[in-house]
Amino acid sequence: MGNEIMIKRSVFTSRTLPYLLILPQVVVTLTFFYWPALQGLMQSVMRSNPFGGRSRFIWFDNFIQLFTDPLYLKSIMTTFFFSACVAAVSITLGLFIATMANRALKAKAVIRTMLIWPYAVAPAISGILWLFLLHPSYGVVSYAIKRWLGLDWNPVLDGGDALFMVTMASAWKEISYNFVFFVAGMQAIPMSLIEAAAIDGASPFRRFWTITLPLLSPTLFFVTVMNIIYSFFDTFGVIHTMTQGGPGGATNILVYKVYQDGFIGLNLGASSSQSVVLMTIIIVITVLQFKYVEKKVQYTG
Amino acid sequence: MIEKTPILDTLTYLFLITGILIVGFPIIYALIAATLPIHEVSMVPMPLIPGNQLLVNIKTAWINGNLGTNLLNSFIMASGITIGKITVSLLGAFSIVYFDYRFRTVAFVSVFCTLMLPVEVRILPTYEMAANIMGPFQGLWDLLHLNGIVGWIVGHDIDVRLDWSLLDSYTGLIMPLVASATCTFLFRQFFLTVPEELCEAAKMDGASAMTFFRKILLPLSKTNIAALVVIEFVYGWNQYLWPLLITTNPKMMTAVIGLQNLIPAADDLPYWNVALAGALIVMLPPVLVVLFMQRWFVKGLVEPEK
Repeated sequence: MGNEIMIKRSVFTSRTLPYLLILPQVVVTLTFFYWPALQGLMQSVMRSNPFGGRSRFIWFDNFIQLFTDPLYLKSIMTTFFFSACVAAVSITLGLFIATMANRALKAKAVIRTMLIWPYAVAPAISGILWLFLLHPSYGVVSYAIKRWLGLDWNPVLDGGDALFMVTMASAWKEISYNFVFFVAGMQAIPMSLIEAAAIDGASPFRRFWTITLPLLSPTLFFVTVMNIIYSFFDTFGVIHTMTQGGPGGATNILVYKVYQDGFIGLNLGASSSQSVVLMTIIIVITVLQFKYVEKKVQYTG
Repeated sequence: MIEKTPILDTLTYLFLITGILIVGFPIIYALIAATLPIHEVSMVPMPLIPGNQLLVNIKTAWINGNLGTNLLNSFIMASGITIGKITVSLLGAFSIVYFDYRFRTVAFVSVFCTLMLPVEVRILPTYEMAANIMGPFQGLWDLLHLNGIVGWIVGHDIDVRLDWSLLDSYTGLIMPLVASATCTFLFRQFFLTVPEELCEAAKMDGASAMTFFRKILLPLSKTNIAALVVIEFVYGWNQYLWPLLITTNPKMMTAVIGLQNLIPAADDLPYWNVALAGALIVMLPPVLVVLFMQRWFVKGLVEPEK
């Protein structure tokens, strides 16, 4: 980020104005971002005394405790599995519908309108809708599962069923988000490429696999990252309305565990060190993403 | 397109309709359930012909879920976050792009870093901050032993407690979520594409920085602002974890959180019709915003990726 690209050649000069203009942003960022982040870092290496009094500095004991706790390790595994499932389901469906919509030349605007709105539905509300659909006694989808697939279905008692339930509620909402990006990505692919392949006799399926999909890979990468971030953090509302992390911790993803340990269990040290782990995860994801975007820019430019 | 593929075209539309139905199914089903009386909604499977109880169910949901107050709270929170974020970031981006000053790079980088951390990963310390916004000053006060010093000056023992809680307040609901770099970053990107000549010309005509901002930059940013209004309003309305933490007073509850009270528990009568009627009402405002401002919304969503 060199100085030359950050600034206009032509600028205004003023001694105080620029500081006044940036002040609100700096104040809000300091109070609600840097100070809390610093506090979190400090608490993660301290042991607080539950009976008041001074906290003690204990190096990385909180983290050692965290990573030897089978419940936490289970939560990590659950989170990764859950976010992989959410990403896989919503990307596959979003890509499939976008490919179809891209072929249907006549009704594009109508199709977009009909597919876009689940984006605006809160994760918690998506949770309520699916809780009803998959309700063990009243749900129509669970009825179909029991009746036609002949499977047992009880998300209240069975961990696998519960995980399936929160995955459906979380993935459903993301289909429309992915759809919007895939349609935009497909429209950016030059028609001439596809026409040339068609003249050479490549079938529509072949054209999809050899032209559309490879050229869509930057979009695919971006959408995957966004889906993973979404399923790591934004799905809190889904978990809270549907399962509260249960049964037996089967849907207790990392962000829900921070809340449970910190606000319900009131374990400050454990919650802070978990927050630090989450921060690290998201920083790694973001850095990877920027690295990749930079590469892409160099490649095309 | 290029060649005629009638079979594939028919299949395309068939799959598309199936896809739209699958995506729409949870809502359509909820809509039907919301029109049924309790004895029909608890049948398995539930009848798919809409009943005539929609208004009754909405009324029950409105009263039991305290939707009047909750919707107002959600509206204030979502609008506050939207207006706050956009104002703060417009001014910040203007300062970063159109002025050259010593701490500019520092300011930009420190704001830019916040791109990475959603409120979910720093909930506990942010909560403590909101519980007493004067916390840092109290720390400083204690560290410097000012109690003793001031007490010595005044001549008797004093104990200063700096205490200002944002819990159960609109400020507390809104401010921590205004701290985000996304909008600042987007406006900065946009300002960098505004032609240099506009600023030159404005300066030549003797316009001040703020006149240039108001008369030229703001009108040019209209579509970007519209796109961010949609995205941030939806973001604000759908917030869950933060309002859950900092509001305990039912008068400050937001609509999405209040719905939790309508979900029938295992031992209750299964009033799913009421719960779903409530859910449909609460999801309506952001859905309408997205549908009516679709063009700007798609632009705002897709553009930052590039």
